[in-house]
Amino acid sequence: MAWMSWTLPTALFFIGIAVILVGMTTWQILSPCVERRGFLPLATTRGDRLFIGLLSSAFIHLAFVALTDVNIAVATALCAFWMIILMRWG
Amino acid sequence: MQTKVENNKAWFLVLPVFLIVAFSAIIPLMTVVNYSVQDIFDPYTRYFVGTEWFKQVMLDSRLHEALLRQFLYSFTILAIEVPLGICVALMMPTKGRGASLSLILVAIPLLIPWNVVGTIWQIFGRADIGLFGAFMSGIGVDYNYASDPTDAWLTVVLMDVWHWTPLVALLCYSGLRAIPEVYYQAARIDQASRWAVFRYIQLPKLTNVLIIGVLLRFMDSFMIYTEPFVLTGGGPGSSTTFLSQSLVQQAIGQFDLGPAAAFSLVYFLIILLVCWVFYTTIMNMQKDK
Repeated sequence: MAWMSWTLPTALFFIGIAVILVGMTTWQILSPCVERRGFLPLATTRGDRLFIGLLSSAFIHLAFVALTDVNIAVATALCAFWMIILMRWG
Repeated sequence: MQTKVENNKAWFLVLPVFLIVAFSAIIPLMTVVNYSVQDIFDPYTRYFVGTEWFKQVMLDSRLHEALLRQFLYSFTILAIEVPLGICVALMMPTKGRGASLSLILVAIPLLIPWNVVGTIWQIFGRADIGLFGAFMSGIGVDYNYASDPTDAWLTVVLMDVWHWTPLVALLCYSGLRAIPEVYYQAARIDQASRWAVFRYIQLPKLTNVLIIGVLLRFMDSFMIYTEPFVLTGGGPGSSTTFLSQSLVQQAIGQFDLGPAAAFSLVYFLIILLVCWVFYTTIMNMQKDK
């Protein structure tokens, strides 16, 4: 796998994504979700909210990198907070 | 009472597709993510740079211009191809040999490989040996797509319209053929005008195929590379350099693999966002029906 030029941060990132996917699948098997409408302007399932959360988190990170000199960990913390709000009330 | 038994064995049938996608898309994407955070010369000569390439890419004015051109190009061709495709579909014969012949004629541009389309238009647009170039010169227009940015844009847009309007036309044609005759009978009884038939029967029934057409054309035009590359090479200057050409120049021309990887990921995120918006719109429209 050396040809993939792994680094610790990217390995942790992909492990995180894999853990989230496995966790969400397990959650879905144990407790299937139904579509519902929260503060988002469309009815969403748990998986939809996860996708919206991950995509918006990617853009939040990009905005932080492009527009500020703040440590990227601040963006990650903000995104984690945003993900919680989105998954619970989205 | 018989209860439905849930059987998940069918998921194993998806396994080959998953493996193919993993090898062709997921693993390369993971490699690109790894490249995007490193100053990389080869897999064994590399230095971790964190988010530096992302900052560079996000603040690069050339890429901003390429992105703007890309959106302008995609919206321009959509604004032309969708109405034109509808008009062509409405004019195509519905019965007899004329229907088969028109279907074949309309489909021909779709069968031509992209690099050949670029070459065809490269010759077609030349004033000395091409019909279009000669025609423009003949009517007194100083047309030269190789030196004038407006002419280059006109030619690239015309080429795309020629190549891809047939797709929209064929989709609309299939949508029109699926409308039951009773709707037209009812319109005749009500003495509806041709416009009323189009506005209140045909257009609403075409909504789904039009959404698919818009989605396909937007995605495809947003990732366009071969045709403008063959026709203009991104010039004159950088007037027809779109995102994919900028990316290739960076990755292969300059061999800046790290910044190119960061650029690819930003490009990928934009496409993912637009795809999701279109997909959600389609699904919600179907739900509303």
